[in-house]
Amino acid sequence: MSPLKTAREIPIGGMIVEPGNSLNYHTGSWASKQPRLDIAKCTGCAFCMNYCPDDCIKSGQVDGQFRATGIKYEYCKGCGVCVAVCKFDALKME
Amino acid sequence: MNSRQLAETENKSLVSGHRACAGCAFPVITRTILKSSKDPVVITNATGCQEVVSTIYPYTAWKSSFLHTAFENAGANISGIEACYQAWKRTGRIDQHINFVAFGGDGGTYDIGLQSLSGALERGHDFLYVCYDNEAYMNTGIQRSGATPFGADTTTSPAGKVRQGKSQKRKDLVKICAAHNIPYVAQASISNLMDLSRKAEKAFSIRGPKVLVVLSPCNPGWRTATDNMVELSQLAVDTCFWPLYEIEDGHKYTINLTPREKKPLTEWLKLQGRFKHLFKPGNEALLVEAQKQVDEQWEQLQAHAKMGV
Amino acid sequence: MSDTTKKAFTGADAASWAMKQINPDVVAAYPMTPQTAIVQNFARYVADGLVDTEYVTAESEHSVMSATIGAVAAGGRAMTATSSAGLALMAEMVGVASGLRLPMVMAVANRALSAPINIHGDHSDVYLVKDLGWIQVFSEDPQEVYENMIMAVRISEHPDIQLPVEVNQDGFITSHAVERVDVLEDATVQEFVGQKKLDKYLLDLEHPVTIGPLELQDYYFETQKQRNDAMFKAMEVIPQIEAEFSKITGKIYGWLEEYRMDDAEVAIVVMSSTAGTAKGVVDAMREQGKKVGLIKPRYIRPFPADALVASLKKVKRAAVMDRAISFGAEGGALFNELSSAMYQRDGQTHMQSILFGLGGRDITPADIEGIFQGLLDGDEQLIKYVGVRE
Repeated sequence: MSPLKTAREIPIGGMIVEPGNSLNYHTGSWASKQPRLDIAKCTGCAFCMNYCPDDCIKSGQVDGQFRATGIKYEYCKGCGVCVAVCKFDALKME
Repeated sequence: MNSRQLAETENKSLVSGHRACAGCAFPVITRTILKSSKDPVVITNATGCQEVVSTIYPYTAWKSSFLHTAFENAGANISGIEACYQAWKRTGRIDQHINFVAFGGDGGTYDIGLQSLSGALERGHDFLYVCYDNEAYMNTGIQRSGATPFGADTTTSPAGKVRQGKSQKRKDLVKICAAHNIPYVAQASISNLMDLSRKAEKAFSIRGPKVLVVLSPCNPGWRTATDNMVELSQLAVDTCFWPLYEIEDGHKYTINLTPREKKPLTEWLKLQGRFKHLFKPGNEALLVEAQKQVDEQWEQLQAHAKMGV
Repeated sequence: MSDTTKKAFTGADAASWAMKQINPDVVAAYPMTPQTAIVQNFARYVADGLVDTEYVTAESEHSVMSATIGAVAAGGRAMTATSSAGLALMAEMVGVASGLRLPMVMAVANRALSAPINIHGDHSDVYLVKDLGWIQVFSEDPQEVYENMIMAVRISEHPDIQLPVEVNQDGFITSHAVERVDVLEDATVQEFVGQKKLDKYLLDLEHPVTIGPLELQDYYFETQKQRNDAMFKAMEVIPQIEAEFSKITGKIYGWLEEYRMDDAEVAIVVMSSTAGTAKGVVDAMREQGKKVGLIKPRYIRPFPADALVASLKKVKRAAVMDRAISFGAEGGALFNELSSAMYQRDGQTHMQSILFGLGGRDITPADIEGIFQGLLDGDEQLIKYVGVRE
């Protein structure tokens, strides 16, 4: 956590001027378990990506095909939704 | 949009680092809806879970402009923003179309926020109102709201020795909004994500007031596991507790999905700790009543849809 | 000095005429006696295409202020008006507007708070909200209303202030009484208020902002200190803006108006329309050789303690008139703040609290003469009701 700023240093009225700066807040420490991705089993259906509440599933091209490529563990809270929605067994909680 | 296209669309809204509970549904709802907007968005949010978890100073999870002021006035806030936009448009200061979206939980919409929503709908502002309905005042610790289902145990409608949870039916928000004769109001669910996206796209294509009411499973509040928000949403649809439908121009009903096999309500209830007491011996009549209410609501809805009005 | 045109205006007309000339982006409106004429007049200007304003007929005063907040946060200039229970209903949002540092101007025709319900003029409504961080200025007559409304736009939007401003006038007494008002030309007003300078605002799609976050124990205090600092900064800035407006109107404004104070032995301190009545009484009593004077505070927020005490110190005894009761307090609110300011500055003026005029109860020249005479006779009663049948 950064040191706390003074009244003179922060914008007035509590305005936050850096959109999306919550990316600096890592919620990954909340998880007791986190999922492991088996890219080989992924079909690129994108359910995990769309259903992850914390937008943690990375995607990209694997051999010219759209696939889940990884998990942003620094944000993953270990909810298990991605594992629950994957019909192809590509994700497992560990 | 298909599932992959949705995933590949830029996230203009809730990015990672927000502090919603693990397995919370509304980030999915909000991301899906806002990704379905081709134009830039400006957002207001009533006080409640989404607003609180996404804007803990000095962090914001919002990549678009966002205003929060109080609990009961998301509708009024967005009215003022949209009015300023209209003035600027008329005087040539801005021409880019912007989709104005107001978010409220069920508490901030069905109850304390109902007046300001009603006013905004009646005045015809060009905006979309999204109610993410987790069926109680969750942010303050699971108190009953006008959206809490019959029989649910909450901290202000607890199941005890002489009372068995909420004794009243839920309000019908979709009908309330339709009664304002707005161009579009629809009920949606994350179990049918493409349907939700389509409804958002449709709403954004209309100029005037639109409302989407989306079921938002809450695992601490409903007392269920963190990973089953999609399964719960699916059951809500399959039991016809949460039908997927649209009402256009205040009277034209369209049911979007009729379950091939309507599941008994108990399939939905039994997964949630907030309904556990309904399965105790002696409470059979409550289960019967709950099922009856769902059946009546579904029959009425089908009758409306059949009439075409 | 700029050209003016004579108008026969009520205080409500004066407020709405100023609003018309300011031509804000948004005006939110809701009926509330005795302010309603302000928003009704404005509705006609909208209907006749005399303004570019988007007019939002909100469904309650809480939504009026919420919409005004939305419009200002969006980047626009927005104005509104209310009274009494409307101000009370929107009180939550009145605090929010200040807390989020949103410049705006609201005209208030001061009216009694319920209960029982009363539609007439007193200051209980403004006293309810005076500590919520709005700059508070009082207008003695329609001319002052007009001029205060225009200056308020610049005061509110000044980069070192960024606080909303409430322009007060007595309900019915000022809002509904016709007087001569000299109005400036549209172009003069437009040039004085200028375009709102945009910095960070919701409709800036290139630079999205989050306004109204949750501030926990670690930041809320700092944000509130900023808000109070701005109030004190306003003490430097308001005179500069008033001086600029003086060049246009030829009038002097200031934190207060002194009337025949230079050699006064006793004084009355009173705001708003009653000051007008009191000036007549001062003149009449001076004819009889009685050395009486009047102090009329214009602003109560920020509280111009130095200026008020400096003026009060000229007399040995003073009566501070409050047109509202702070129930259970030892005297009226203005009386208490002035007493504290005097004490802190080692003032020796003996002060008396007068509670008067509640619910539109008339305050007559005879009543005021009675107060002055009491001061001259050394009346020791700390708190006195004037005009009530005890």
